Amino acid sequence: MAQLFPKEHVLGFIGSIILTIAALSVVQFDVSLTAGLVILWVTALAQASLQLVLFMHIGETDDKGSIYVITLYSVVIGLVTVFGSLFAMIWGY
Amino acid sequence: MFTKMTMSEVFAPLKEPLIMGTAIGILVGVIAVVAGLTYFKLWGWLYTNYVKTVDHKKIGVMYIFVALLMLFKGGVEALLMRAQTAVPDNKLLNSEHYNEIFSTHGVLMIIFVAMPFLFGLFNVVIPLQIGARDVAFPRLNALSFWLFAMGAVLINVSFIIGGSPNAGWTSYFPLAGIEFNPGVNNNYYAWSLQISGLGTLMTGINFVTTIVKMRAPGMTWMKVPMFTWSSFIANIIIVFAFPVLTVALVMMTMDRQFGTKFFATEDGGMDMLWANIFWVWGHPEVYIVILPAFGVFSEVISTFARKNLFGYGSMVASMIIISLLSFLVWAHHFYTMGQNVAVNGVFSITTMLIAVPTGVKIFNWLLTMRHGRITFTTPMLYALGFIPIFTIGGVTGVMLAMASADYQYHNTLFLVAHFHYVLIPGTVFGVLAGYHFWWSKIFGFQLKDSIGKVGFWLIAIGFNVTFFPMFILGLDGYARRMYTYSAETGYGTLNMISFIGALVLALGFLALCYNIYYSVRHREELKVTGDPWDGRSLEWATHSPVPEYNFAVIPKISRLDEFWFAKKEGRDLQAGEIKDIHMPNDSAAPFWQSVVMGLASFFFVFNEIGIAIILGIVTLLFMAYRSFEIDNGRHIHVEEIEETERKLKETERQLRGDR
Repeated sequence: MAQLFPKEHVLGFIGSIILTIAALSVVQFDVSLTAGLVILWVTALAQASLQLVLFMHIGETDDKGSIYVITLYSVVIGLVTVFGSLFAMIWGY
Repeated sequence: MFTKMTMSEVFAPLKEPLIMGTAIGILVGVIAVVAGLTYFKLWGWLYTNYVKTVDHKKIGVMYIFVALLMLFKGGVEALLMRAQTAVPDNKLLNSEHYNEIFSTHGVLMIIFVAMPFLFGLFNVVIPLQIGARDVAFPRLNALSFWLFAMGAVLINVSFIIGGSPNAGWTSYFPLAGIEFNPGVNNNYYAWSLQISGLGTLMTGINFVTTIVKMRAPGMTWMKVPMFTWSSFIANIIIVFAFPVLTVALVMMTMDRQFGTKFFATEDGGMDMLWANIFWVWGHPEVYIVILPAFGVFSEVISTFARKNLFGYGSMVASMIIISLLSFLVWAHHFYTMGQNVAVNGVFSITTMLIAVPTGVKIFNWLLTMRHGRITFTTPMLYALGFIPIFTIGGVTGVMLAMASADYQYHNTLFLVAHFHYVLIPGTVFGVLAGYHFWWSKIFGFQLKDSIGKVGFWLIAIGFNVTFFPMFILGLDGYARRMYTYSAETGYGTLNMISFIGALVLALGFLALCYNIYYSVRHREELKVTGDPWDGRSLEWATHSPVPEYNFAVIPKISRLDEFWFAKKEGRDLQAGEIKDIHMPNDSAAPFWQSVVMGLASFFFVFNEIGIAIILGIVTLLFMAYRSFEIDNGRHIHVEEIEETERKLKETERQLRGDR
């Protein structure tokens, strides 16, 4: 029976709900802008890794090398797009 | 919030005689097609063979057919624009009609000509080049095509019903916003790009999966043919860039139809944010349409120079670098927006960096031809024409990349000339080279080479006569999108030359069409074997026309250009035991789902939210049906395959004996 119980999925499900509630606390409670941003960044990164590891099963197959490369590539492009936009539209304007 | 239009407003565009004439023409055309199909009893044939098909080859043919239709429409628009500006103070088009025409010309040529033409080539060629039986998700492929087709229908309907997009193909805010553009024009822009963009995104995922997972045994990454490599990179860029367009268009729709203020000039909105997001998608899009064309040139040049491709590894490396750099340069589209020197400096440098890998590719093609025995066929002429003309486009691109100099060129015809000098020799010559090159794979006969050459010369000469004067006009300060000018400006002569060039280009298009007619009439004489050009990659290893299952036996690969070496060594790549082949089932669901989604978009355009939501629910039902549908595909049995192979081999033997 123990093997049949999807422990990782249940833990992941609970974890993702906790992380969502933690992120929601930023609007529910009166926190400063810096603290709010820190909470959001930390919970967002934790949430993304949790989803990738527990539900998307990253790193469990033989082609994990290419999956890591493409994930890194996505992260780079995402960051470039966000910070490039901030650079062009806010900081450098 | 939801403003509805009265019927007289909806049909207001028909008051324009030119549009009324076109509408009548379309109506007559549709009636002729419907009558023809009914008279020859072809409805059933059309439905079972094309509407329901999931065969990558037929879907590819349909993509190219739609692309040619849209090329005709976009070309007519171009002719109208050149005719309007040919003489000073011309009254052919009014300013609103001119705005609509240049806006839809841009949208059509990029989204509904360049993209589908390339997708057509992907569909026809990639599974054959990698030795696969179909794409990874054949049913999704059909859905991609029909969604794209519905987007094309929507943008064409806009001319007659309600009015078409009129804020340029870039649709910048605040001009495209509800405040300055209260009509439905730019709702059409958002929805037609949205549904065709969804199709494109699915195509991207489909082909990335196909190329990663379905290569023939032994075909490791460095043995993949160059067209497949370049398409692979282009599809990766699609997967990363198109979600940006989807989100941007949703934000545009929210702003225009649901009262949000993302791109508004007040209430914390930011109008230039649209330009920013648009080009985050828009610049990678440029590489999506150019890289596969580069792949076609690589195949064509190496085939007709009868040499292996020079610098295969550097070609691959330069494309990977281009794919990353393409995401780092977007702000060069709005240097003059008002950001500081640091921003412009960074984006200037990244832009100029792209010239390096592109230059590497140009030299690789030149060195592939060095000491080659070149045969001047139609596809090779396009490839040869591409190199010098594209270089002019590339060099003027480096000129534009300099932010400080760009203040002079910005928004002039110099820019228009530049991007036509890149897109036409790059993408258009590329797809036309591929179209002449691979035509026989689908139909079993070739296009007449001499007519193809006439077409090439008309297009190449007409193109330069049309667009070279624009460089000079632009440097003289002629702003783009200007619908007329006075005689004192002195712009008349060069504009007239440009108009004459456009007429020659139109003749080139007629030559392309006549070639289809001529070649179909003379198909018996133009019939060829599976390998008419003495080709190098796997698509030439199977018969022409390609049987449904592509390869009776999947070839094993040990090196690049395996087929070429197999011919030299007298090996048969398809030797081996024939087994039952598993193929996907046809289905009409993708077509009907796309029709429903197209109609939903149409009602959204007119703010008929109730009907649109009902149709949206029907779309969800289609998806639910698909989730629960049990579809295990079907098998083509050994006897049937052997029978087909025997017939095809018999025809090939006759052809070899004949010539």
